[in-house]
Order: sequence, then structure tokens, then C-alpha cells
Amino acid sequence: MNNFIDHKIIELGHWVVGFFDEYPLLKLVVQILLYTLPLMLSFMGAFAFSTWLERKGLARIQNRPGPNRVGIFGLLQPMADGIKMLLKEDIVPEESDKLFHLLAPVMLMVPAMIAIGFLPVGDGLNALPLDSAILFFFAIGSMNTIAVFMAGWSSRNKYSLLGGMRAVAQMISYEIPLVLSAVTVIMIAGSLNGQVIVASQQISGWVGSGDVVKEFFGQILGWHIFKPWGFAGFIFFFVAALAEANRSPFDLPEADSEIIAGHLTEYSGFKYAIFFIAEYISAFAIAGIAVTLFLGGWSGPILSGLPWFVIKLFSLFAVMIWIRGTLPRLRVDQLMGYAWKFLMPLAILNIFVAGFYYFAEQQWGTWVALIGGWIFGFGALQLAAKGLSRLNKSPLLKGKRVYQYAE
Amino acid sequence: MSTETMPARGFNLSKDDLGADILEIAMGPHHPSTHGVFRMDLKLDGETVVDLKPIFGYLHRNHEKLAEDIPYPGSMPFTDRLDYLCGMTNNWAYALSLEKMLEVEVPERAQYIRIICAELTRLVNHCLLIGFFINDLGALGTPLLYALREREKILDLFETLSGARMMVNYMRFGGVRCDLPDGWLEECKRIVDKFPAFLDEYETLLNENEIVITRSQNVGVLTAEEATNFSITGPMLRASGVNYDLRKVDKYGIYDRFDFKVPLGAHGDCYDRFMIRMLEMRESIKILNQAMKDLPDGDIIGKVPRVFKPAAGTEVYGRIESPKGELGFYLVADGSTNPYRFKVRPPSFINLTALRHMCIGHKVADAVIILGSIDIVLGEVDR
Repeated sequence: MNNFIDHKIIELGHWVVGFFDEYPLLKLVVQILLYTLPLMLSFMGAFAFSTWLERKGLARIQNRPGPNRVGIFGLLQPMADGIKMLLKEDIVPEESDKLFHLLAPVMLMVPAMIAIGFLPVGDGLNALPLDSAILFFFAIGSMNTIAVFMAGWSSRNKYSLLGGMRAVAQMISYEIPLVLSAVTVIMIAGSLNGQVIVASQQISGWVGSGDVVKEFFGQILGWHIFKPWGFAGFIFFFVAALAEANRSPFDLPEADSEIIAGHLTEYSGFKYAIFFIAEYISAFAIAGIAVTLFLGGWSGPILSGLPWFVIKLFSLFAVMIWIRGTLPRLRVDQLMGYAWKFLMPLAILNIFVAGFYYFAEQQWGTWVALIGGWIFGFGALQLAAKGLSRLNKSPLLKGKRVYQYAE
Repeated sequence: MSTETMPARGFNLSKDDLGADILEIAMGPHHPSTHGVFRMDLKLDGETVVDLKPIFGYLHRNHEKLAEDIPYPGSMPFTDRLDYLCGMTNNWAYALSLEKMLEVEVPERAQYIRIICAELTRLVNHCLLIGFFINDLGALGTPLLYALREREKILDLFETLSGARMMVNYMRFGGVRCDLPDGWLEECKRIVDKFPAFLDEYETLLNENEIVITRSQNVGVLTAEEATNFSITGPMLRASGVNYDLRKVDKYGIYDRFDFKVPLGAHGDCYDRFMIRMLEMRESIKILNQAMKDLPDGDIIGKVPRVFKPAAGTEVYGRIESPKGELGFYLVADGSTNPYRFKVRPPSFINLTALRHMCIGHKVADAVIILGSIDIVLGEVDR
């Protein structure tokens, strides 16, 4: 029963390919299309749904109904938006560098689309099952910095330039804690392959043992987030991922109350829509890699496979929406300080915690490692976090103040 | 010393500093967070503001000259459009100055109604300010919409009272235009009773928020001395620690009968300015509760002449504590029905003069929140 949806999808794929057995060249084309098209289309669909989800979620946080005119519950709103975007005039500034102005959205879109190929979305469902998938993912993912800066530079707008500068500084800084917190998982799993990392999060003795309870919990309790270094790593990873995906409270490159829309200021019509899609898809990609690394990937009880991956992906996305509706934005210097003075040292310490956990597990077994890790490893991380925040805190900041009253 | 040449704290701008690596940027007149058609010409060194030039006048509507060509009562509706968020207090300030000139007695009931309206206006204004301030900090609309929700209820009250939500045109020389409608006071009481719950919610959500604290504490500091030198008034002055509230100093109207306190800040930064407004709203609620309890019966308008013809040569300056600061109307009469000179002292215009001084040395993002914490309305700045 496990993973039957994934297996059915793969069977369907083989069945379709089977029609073209006599034409080897056509078969190759069909195979390529089968690997890419469903993935791209489903992520486009997820994008459309998530814009609706975001607008509706934000609206509910803000005491308003949100989109409710087009279709039931406003579900067709993304379609209406798409048509609007397509029909809008595409304005290119006279003084802009027109070639790069055109290429920037494409440059952002392509890496985002490649990045989702590395996600193991189900058992055997992986468009690019490389052995170094995670490494490739980060390499491709960091390319969007160039695209954002291209957009900022070529627009010939000062706000765009400021946005581009902010984006480069921010993305390069947050890349480091992002990768460092992912390193822990790679160390423990011993592989850069997504499927192997997912497999490492199933308790091998329990899954497939036939015992219903063990079967159920074997698919959950092995997730890296339940381990001390994994929990801390997930938090670091998620914070850095928010900054990588330009999501609030790290949405400085497009801070609308300061620099209008940053690098997007001079974009309109469909180019703007492409930027929009690419940003959402890279947010999905990074959330998907967080799911793979820390939340057990596609593994889970009962509906193991694709359904669990989708559930986890949208849960993480919902958290992003929640944060967006709640938190004010950081300032540039605070943002950089947070990455370099706080996240990075902690992520490095976390690697040591993971190392000791691994050592303890080898020496004294899982239980000792877990209990010791939570007490000593997580304690050390918390202590370091407290110390770092005290070191970094400006002596002028007092926190809550008491006010005098005059008669 | 003009703001143009005044060296700001710790930053001396020489010509060499203005080399090619200084980015000049015109923030406004259409920008999401300049609160209207206001423009800041920024000179940036990276992200740091090295020079700032405020440019305004895009919304100039000739308010003062216009008033010289129409009779005294005719200017009353125009005062609504000065600070278009606080119509009631603008009306009152203008009514107060002419009452002073003609020595008209205002009946008890009208005085109480005026105070209720003015304090409700203070709630409206401060609601908007705290909402937009957090919005400028980058919280995507959520705190703003919470604040707007509360403001909406009070605007509904104004609508039932005067027929308009913002352009109320409610006060008259010697009183108010019309009496309270049936059930208005009960509705008002209900809204005011629920208001502290909103403030509590807001405070728990934001006052100790780490990001709000790091972003706004020690940003845009204005010391008490600087604030008085810039002739800042209102909550902004009190955030710098100067105890100066016209409700206590002038005791205009019948403010001496109410028991309320004046919250004072100690640091004069954006966080203090934000918090002083929060605390002032609680004091306003105290005043409202007392005023609604003691509201007497009686006339709503005193004995006023049919035609206003003050003696030639009389001058008067009437001022009140509007939500933004000292709002004053200076009138000179020449014996006719029209004023000879009509001058407004708009609080937000004068508070804005400290902008450059507060912004220099900070980041672009700080300039935005400093502007937000000054609380300007361009209708009043440009007149």
C-alpha cells in the first residue's frame, strides 16, 4: 500500500513510453517531456494556488475577506491576474539596457525551474536524480543573485539599483548559513543524493516490520527535525531560506515602504509576472529542499509519497505566509549582522553538535545519543545563541521602557 | 541658523564628500511611504543618508489667501481640509480664535461636546499614526488594518453626528452646529469602552517585538533642547521629555475640569514617539469617559452676532492642542466681514523642519520611519 500513488505515476509513465517503443528517437523525446512537463506544469499550478492561498491567508490575518469575486472563494483569481498581466503594456525604460532588462526575468526563471528538478517529490519521482543533487541545488539556487542584480542594474532606476545592491549583499550572506545548516544532514546521511537522504530518515528496523504501530511511527520519528542538531539546523535553514527567497521579514530587495519595489520597479506586464512566478517557484524549491533535508521528504504514514510531500511543502509555505503577515522588516545592517554574527557561528557550532551526535550514536546507541544530544548539544546551542545575542546587542537598546507622567 | 546650512550631529558635509560615489535619489512625490505628495531629495552614501532636502508645496491650495476673500464663517469648511484626518480639532481651533476676538461665551453643553469630539479625533489620528508607523517598518498592512478597523468605528460616529466622516464642518462660532442625535452617546460609550481592549492587543503584539525595538529605538533622536529649538510641539515634543501640553498650559475650553496626565518620553527617538501616542490614547479615553459622564443639558450655541464684524485692528491668536501639536489661527481684522490676515500655524509643517537633522547618518529605511513618526499630513503642511 505504501507509495502506491508514486508507483502508479511511474507505471503510467512507462505505459505512455511503451507506445513509442518502435521509434527510438521519438521515445527519447517523449521521455524527456515526461520528465519535465508534469513537473513544470504542476509547480505552475502550485504557484497559482499559492498566490490565492497567500492573498486569502494574508486577508484573513488582516481582518478582510480577500479575493472573493472571481469564482467560488475567489479561486479563479490567479487566472484573472494572469490574463491581466498578459494584456498589460510592457514598458521598457528608454535609458535601460534593453537586452539585460529582457534577460533578467528569464535568468531568474531558468534556475528556479532547474532547482525543482532536484527535489525528490516521491518514491522514485525525481526528475534529476543526481548523486550530488543537493550540491547542485545550492549551486543553481545561488544563480538568482545574478538575475536580480541584472534586473536592478539594467533598469537604470536608482531604486532598482538600491534593490539590486541589497539583494546581492543579502543573498550572498545568507547562502553561507543555508549551506552550513544543510551540511549536518549530509554528514549524517552520508550522501548528497536526495533519495538517500529521505531514506536515512526512516527508522530502518521499524519500517517494513509488519507491526502497524512501528510502521506508523517509523515513518515519522526518524525525521531529522526530531534530532537536536536537526531541529536547530531546520530553524537556521528556514530563516536563511526566507532571506534567500526574499520573503518577509527579509524582503529588503523589494521593500515597498522604502525603495518602492526594488529591482522590480521598472518591470511591468508579463516580465513582472515571470519575476513573480520565478520567486514563488524558488520559494517552493527551497521549501522543498527543507522538507527533504529535515522533514523526512516524501516519507510519512499511510499516504507515503507524493501526497506527504505536497502537504509538507504547503505547510512550510503557510508558515511563510504567516510570517509575512506578522513581522516588520529588518534594516540592512541588522540583516547582515544577523547573518554573519549570529546565524553563521551557530550553524558552525551545529556541525560539531551533529558530529558528536554521530559519534555517540556509533559508540553508545541511538537513545544515549538522542538524550545526550538534546541535553548537551541543544543546551550548548542555546547557550551560544544567548551569548551571541548579548554580544551583538547594542548597549543602547533597553527593550521595554517605562514612561513618566506629568500632571 | 537655517536647516540648510546647519551641520548635523557628527556629520560635516564638504564638497569633497559629494563625489561621484554619492547617490542622489528623489524620494517622492509619489512614493508609497511619504504620506502624501511629499518629496525628500536624499543624498546617499551606500545606504546611509548624508544629506536630505525636504521639498513640499505640491498640495498648496491657497488656504490663507482664500480666507481673506470670504467672510469669517465661510472659512470653517476649509479648515477641515487642512489636516484632513482631524477635522474636528481644526474646526475648534478656528472657532476658538474668533470667539476670542469677539468674546463670545460658549455654553456648557457645547464645550463638553467639543471636548468629546476633539478627543475622539485624537484617537482617530493616533490610530492612523501607529498603524502607518508599523507599516513603514515593513509589516505588511496587518497592524495598519487593525488600527483602521478601530478608526472606522469613530468615523461612523462622526458621520451620524455631522453627516460627514472626515470633512465634518461641525463646530460653529459660539458652539456646535447641531445637538447629539438620539442614542449617539450610548454608541460612543460602547466604542470608547471597547477601545482599551484594542490598545492592549496592539501593545502585546508590538511593544516588545524585537524587530520593532531594534528598528526604532535610538533612531531619529531629538533631544529636549533640540526639540524646543526647532519649536516642535505635540506628542513629538513630549517624546523628547518636554512637559508641554496646551490642554494643561492654556486650559482652553474646559480642560481644567478633567483629570488626565501627560505621558513623557525620555529618549526622543522613534520608539518613544510611537509609545507616547499609545499612552496618550489611554489618557484620551479617560477624558472621554469623564466628559460623557458629566455632559449637561442646555444650549449648544451661545449668543452670537448675525454678522461677524470685529473692530478694525484687532488681532488674535487662538491655539489648541491638536493631535499633531499646537494648531494656531492668527487673525487680523480690518472692520469688514472678511479677515485682513488669516495665518495658520500648522503643527506638522513646523515639526517637519527637524526631519533633516534627525535623518542624517541613518539608513534609508530609517529616514522612512522617522518621517512616519513625525506624523505629517500634507494638506496641513502645504495648505
